[in-house]
Amino acid sequence: MSQKVTIEPVTRVEGHGKVTIHLDDNMNVAQTRLHIVEFRGFERFVQGRPYWEAPVLVQRLCGICPVSHHLAAAKALDVIVGAGTGHGLTATGEKMRRLMHYGQMFQSHALHFFHLASPDFLLGYDADPAIRNVIGVAINFPELATQGVLMRKFGQEIIEHTAGKKIHGTGAIPGGINKNLTIEERDIFLKGADPMNIDKMIDWADGALQFFKGYYMKNRDFVDGFAYFPSNHLSLVRKDGALDLYHGVLRAVDANGNKILDDVDYQDYYNYIEEEVKNWSYMKFPYLTHIGKEKGWYRVGPLARLNTADFIPSPKAQKEFEIYKAHTNGKPNNYCLHTHWARLIELLHAGEVLKELLLDPDLQKDDLVVKGKKGKEGVGLVEAPRGTLFHHYRIDDNDAIEMANLIVSTTNNNEPMNQSVNFVAKNMMNGQAVITEPMKNAVEIAIRAYDPCLSCATHALGKMPLDIKLYDANGVEMDHYKS
Amino acid sequence: MSETIKFTIDGKECQGTKGQLLVDAAADNGVYIPILCHMRDLIPAGSCRMCTVKVNGRNMAACTTPAEEGMAIENNTPEFLDIRKAIVEMLFVEGNHFCPACEKSGNCDLQALGYKYQMMVPRFPYAFERREIDATTPKIFLERNRCIFCKRCVRVIKDEEGRSIFAFKGRGTTLEINIDRKLAATMTDEMAQKAMDICPVGCILKKEIGFVTPIGQRKYDTMPIGSDIENNHQ
Repeated sequence: MSQKVTIEPVTRVEGHGKVTIHLDDNMNVAQTRLHIVEFRGFERFVQGRPYWEAPVLVQRLCGICPVSHHLAAAKALDVIVGAGTGHGLTATGEKMRRLMHYGQMFQSHALHFFHLASPDFLLGYDADPAIRNVIGVAINFPELATQGVLMRKFGQEIIEHTAGKKIHGTGAIPGGINKNLTIEERDIFLKGADPMNIDKMIDWADGALQFFKGYYMKNRDFVDGFAYFPSNHLSLVRKDGALDLYHGVLRAVDANGNKILDDVDYQDYYNYIEEEVKNWSYMKFPYLTHIGKEKGWYRVGPLARLNTADFIPSPKAQKEFEIYKAHTNGKPNNYCLHTHWARLIELLHAGEVLKELLLDPDLQKDDLVVKGKKGKEGVGLVEAPRGTLFHHYRIDDNDAIEMANLIVSTTNNNEPMNQSVNFVAKNMMNGQAVITEPMKNAVEIAIRAYDPCLSCATHALGKMPLDIKLYDANGVEMDHYKS
Repeated sequence: MSETIKFTIDGKECQGTKGQLLVDAAADNGVYIPILCHMRDLIPAGSCRMCTVKVNGRNMAACTTPAEEGMAIENNTPEFLDIRKAIVEMLFVEGNHFCPACEKSGNCDLQALGYKYQMMVPRFPYAFERREIDATTPKIFLERNRCIFCKRCVRVIKDEEGRSIFAFKGRGTTLEINIDRKLAATMTDEMAQKAMDICPVGCILKKEIGFVTPIGQRKYDTMPIGSDIENNHQ
């Protein structure tokens, strides 16, 4: 008797989704789908708004990494106001934005690892869900939990001093930034009392990375065997191939490391990327046009970035990058749970970049904004914590936005998340008639590796807002789990 | 020579000149009476009623009422605090005000009064009126969703021949602020900035620039609305 398992809701960026798993007559997984049932609509209701409002308005799409949307929109508008892309800004403008962005990267990656992912590693993915959460971590590993809270706080305060607020600030404006960093503000981060200074943050980031590597060595079979599948990978890289989270050119590699897209100016992204619409999800499925829908999908995020980049331009992170790359003999890493490893290398890198920026006297200069010949259309890309984020705007003759296209990180990872869910379902649910807690959490772990916004809802206070129902072929409910 | 008069506001003894508008006389004595449509030295409009006070037992708009000898004025009473809060709530539900993405946030008088009177959830239902934006002039983005019909722009922003660049059109529920496109084409950057600055909300926006003042340095980031008047006379 065929059956359908529904996991609902799992959440998207800050909304809801569900997982359906269809079992055939032999109780084997026939089909899995991660449905995004939420409708956002930002692309529509930004139409008609003044263009300079976009960085502040569109960032409301997300409360987790609004800085990414803020900066991607501002970068698109830099093009429209004639400031060019990336390095077209003043040194202060670009570096203040970078400080904001890497501050966000630091806090977001710390949040994800310590608050959301670590319960699975510290307490066990099959542990009682009543303790497998951030509170359980705080009780059993108080020192690590404290580090997580303070690292997030540190990053959030960097954002506050660059954007004006920890969440939903206004710092980036078309053509630049609206403030610099005073010496007093700088010294809060450079010379703050222990532990709230950048040197301690770098130490803690390194500590988190070493912890994960230790976990990995003890649980290698589980980590390597969980949702492994080959895929393409896409991200921005600096022109010289370095990891760069704020600006660069588009590069994509296939599962074997062959460059399938390289040195592409993202102003032309629409010549290389298309989005497929499927009738069971509000989230589109992007793919590389020249490869096609079937094989052109790709992963974004920490795993993808460390697969596309040639090196990391900061010494400690570069050393770790070399160890990480050696694990796959320099080839792309397609292990789903290695995303956590990659994320922690980026956390360390973000700390190193923050220190380098804080020591830069350009941050105290007053030349904040540039403008040039105004245009009608612009594209802005950043590497958000969860992956490549695209913002594309066109304005009319009256300075109102007439078209907006956003491809957010989660959208880029749509097909990979579906692949991961499928992998986990087939490996853990084939032949099963009853949903067990480890099976349920395995689905979450697969999704969580890509998008901590989902984890945010599912791990919060130990309550997974999952509603799982098992139906027979006639639609009769056989089993029901509700957290 | 102007005749000096004496009056009281909430029991405080004040001095002013005969015929001076109550709201201005109060400010000169360090008493803040909230305003949205009023500007000193401008012909009063009396349109928003934020400045309603009780004068000798009767409700009056302080921006249209001349000060008289011996007036006993009630201002900061529980009754008027609630009336003013209700007016702020009405203005919020009548338009479409979304502070989070509004570039006037932090510099907006209506928002500042919302904070002052601790508005949480309006007691009135939202009207969700559909209002059209006019972005067709070179310097001004007219965001009608935020207009509170104070008429400041109509009274202040004029061309060299004294003609108003802004005007009201329609009546009652169809009333809307309009901009004369021919006259607007002659506006300088300074005029556009002045129009934006005198607008107590985020209806009049100067084009191509926004959010230039960092959070923390905006008008009401560091001090609540009216505190400049109250602090000057302590």
